Amino acid sequence: GLREEYFRRNRAVDEDRKIEYKAAVKIQSWFRGCRVRAYLRYLNKMVIFIQKWWRGYRSRRYFSKLVETAYFIMKMNFYNEMAVRIQKRWRGYYVRKYIHNYYALKKYLEAISVNNEIVRSELQDYKEMKENEEKRKYLEKKEKEEKYQARKMHYLLSTEQIAGIYNSPFRKSPDPMELLLRKSKPLSHRQQQTKSPFDYELYDWPTCKRPPTFSTAQPLPPTGRQKPQGPFRDTTEVLRQRYKPLEPTLRVAASINSPPEKAREEMKREEWRNHIHDNEFLPFSSYHKNQKYDPSIHRSGKYGQETYGIKHFREVQPKKWVADK
Amino acid sequence: NSGVMSLLRPLLLDVIPTIQQTAALALGRLANYNGDLAEAVVKGDILPQLVCSLSEQNRFYKKAAAFVLRAVGKHSPQLAQAIVQCGALEMLVICLEDFDPGVKEAASWALGYIARHNSELSQAVVDAGAVPLLVLCIQEPEIALKRIAASTLSDISKHSPELAQTVVDAGAIAHLAQMILNPDAKLKRQVLSALSQIAKHSVDLAELVVEAEIFPVVLTCLKDSDEYVKKNGATLIREIAKHTPELSQFIVNAGGVAAVIDCIGSCRGTVRLPGIMMLGYVAAHSENLSMAVIVSKGIPPLCACLIEEHEDHIKAAAAWALGQVGRHTPAHARAVAVANVLPTLLAIYMDTRSSEDLQMKATLKNILQKCTYLPALEPLLHDAPPNIMKHIVGQFSKMLPHDSKARRLFVTTGGLKKVQEIKAEPGSLLQEYINTINNCYPEEVVR
Repeated sequence: GLREEYFRRNRAVDEDRKIEYKAAVKIQSWFRGCRVRAYLRYLNKMVIFIQKWWRGYRSRRYFSKLVETAYFIMKMNFYNEMAVRIQKRWRGYYVRKYIHNYYALKKYLEAISVNNEIVRSELQDYKEMKENEEKRKYLEKKEKEEKYQARKMHYLLSTEQIAGIYNSPFRKSPDPMELLLRKSKPLSHRQQQTKSPFDYELYDWPTCKRPPTFSTAQPLPPTGRQKPQGPFRDTTEVLRQRYKPLEPTLRVAASINSPPEKAREEMKREEWRNHIHDNEFLPFSSYHKNQKYDPSIHRSGKYGQETYGIKHFREVQPKKWVADK
Repeated sequence: NSGVMSLLRPLLLDVIPTIQQTAALALGRLANYNGDLAEAVVKGDILPQLVCSLSEQNRFYKKAAAFVLRAVGKHSPQLAQAIVQCGALEMLVICLEDFDPGVKEAASWALGYIARHNSELSQAVVDAGAVPLLVLCIQEPEIALKRIAASTLSDISKHSPELAQTVVDAGAIAHLAQMILNPDAKLKRQVLSALSQIAKHSVDLAELVVEAEIFPVVLTCLKDSDEYVKKNGATLIREIAKHTPELSQFIVNAGGVAAVIDCIGSCRGTVRLPGIMMLGYVAAHSENLSMAVIVSKGIPPLCACLIEEHEDHIKAAAAWALGQVGRHTPAHARAVAVANVLPTLLAIYMDTRSSEDLQMKATLKNILQKCTYLPALEPLLHDAPPNIMKHIVGQFSKMLPHDSKARRLFVTTGGLKKVQEIKAEPGSLLQEYINTINNCYPEEVVR
């Protein structure tokens, strides 16, 4: 009857219960798994979104820095180029005017040639003058000798009656020696003045009295390096500063491979190893005060930086304030 | 030798003064003749006797004694040292204060011969207080005394800067400078030699000499008829010019270079040597100065010296001077090359008979490294030895790539053929130069 039907149905249900239970569990677990997976997927997407945004932000900062440095390098290169052009011109001018002045050198060499000509001509004149003096001295000496001879041989003069040796009747005019004899006084042996060694005749000659003066036409152009006009520092000072020898501290002077250096290196490496990250912890807020905010390119406004969002956050309309009125 | 010393010794102490004088004169003449006799005089202990009674004697005895001292002192330093040791220097200085110029002359001559040997003896002479008296002697009117005093000052100051400074401190330079104008040739020789010995030691002394305003008057000495005056004048200018570029500049401005060049042209033989060296020193200081030497027509006389002279040291000096002139820039090297002197230098360099010094000085390296005048380099290609060939070919390799006319000329004169004949080790500098030259020409021409 009813009881067996009830018992049979319960038993049938009980026999399937385990299977149905397991099936239900399976379905539920699958569904929960789907839900969790969906949730994880959602989380993942959100995280990716956040990371994307953050990474974009960091790289935009980095990129703006990169652009800034590239721009700076470009500007510096340009400035260097221009500086090179200026220096090129200046150095050419300076060298050509002050260090190796071609035209001044040329003028100097021409002046030297002119001067040399003057010196050579004066020396030539001096030489000729000296030769003339020598000749004159020689002639005077000969003349003096002849006069002395004539004085000694005064007795050879011709008298009225007897013609002397030099006055032969066959000659048209008397011999020059005869004339000399007539002019000369007889020599007396008593006072023979020894030639005193003090009167050396040549002291009176012109080469002693007026030595050649070599008066050059104009003084030679200056050959020393002219100082350039302007407030330039003294070259010696500049060079001293530039080439000041290094005065290293004791630590720097010790070689790189010395044991204290090696120990120091070792210590440094160990400390670096122990750090998690390299950003040093700066204790006080005053250390962070100098950090400038790097605006992203989006935030820079058309006419400069957009101040809303950075300098002020809400609109302020002082005209509408009531308190002051 | 026959015991004459022992005979003459007691005669020196004779009562009659004439005998003393004649004995002293005889000793002096004996010692003058030979060094051994002078040694015998010293060994015979005659010097102390001579010296001891000198201050009371008359002037003839003093002259004769000074003559003996001079004759003994001139042979060797040891004899001079012996003279110094027996206290003769004080006596000689006392003689220098005498009134008679003959005595002063003999005394200063003796001092000069003693001081000539080495610096210790000169120092002894200076320590005896001779220098101020010598400077007074120079101012005396007698020419012979001036000559001897000037030569003594020159002998004293030639050894060291301190001695020269002592002479300068006694005020010698002003008086010596005044005497340059004196017409006597021998005096001028000594005066110029004294000034050059003073000036040679250091820059300050040379500047002191220059400040005595010897330029441009000294240039007249270079035109004197006496050879040795010219030589000493050139020596003086050389000693002044060699110290600094400023002094050389001063000499060039005063026209000294022209005078020295004329002097070289007019002399022959060793007299030329100081003039040649002076040009070398002036040219060595800077390129402006060597250009000044070239402009004053200095190169032709130097070439003439190189060709005509037979002595090795003069040729070496001329070669060195030409090297100094030509080594600064291509313009200088060109001026030297145009004078056609490079083949002569090469011939001297390769001549096996010339001495080592000459060969060294005649190296053309300095001039060749700057020479860009190709027509002068061509004849050298044919005869040069390998180490000079390197430089010549190097110069060609630098010049030919840029100058087309020179390239054509090089081929037509057979230079390219000669370059091909040179065998060089591969990888050496010479081979690189040859390759550079070959690259300038198309292939058919090279073959």
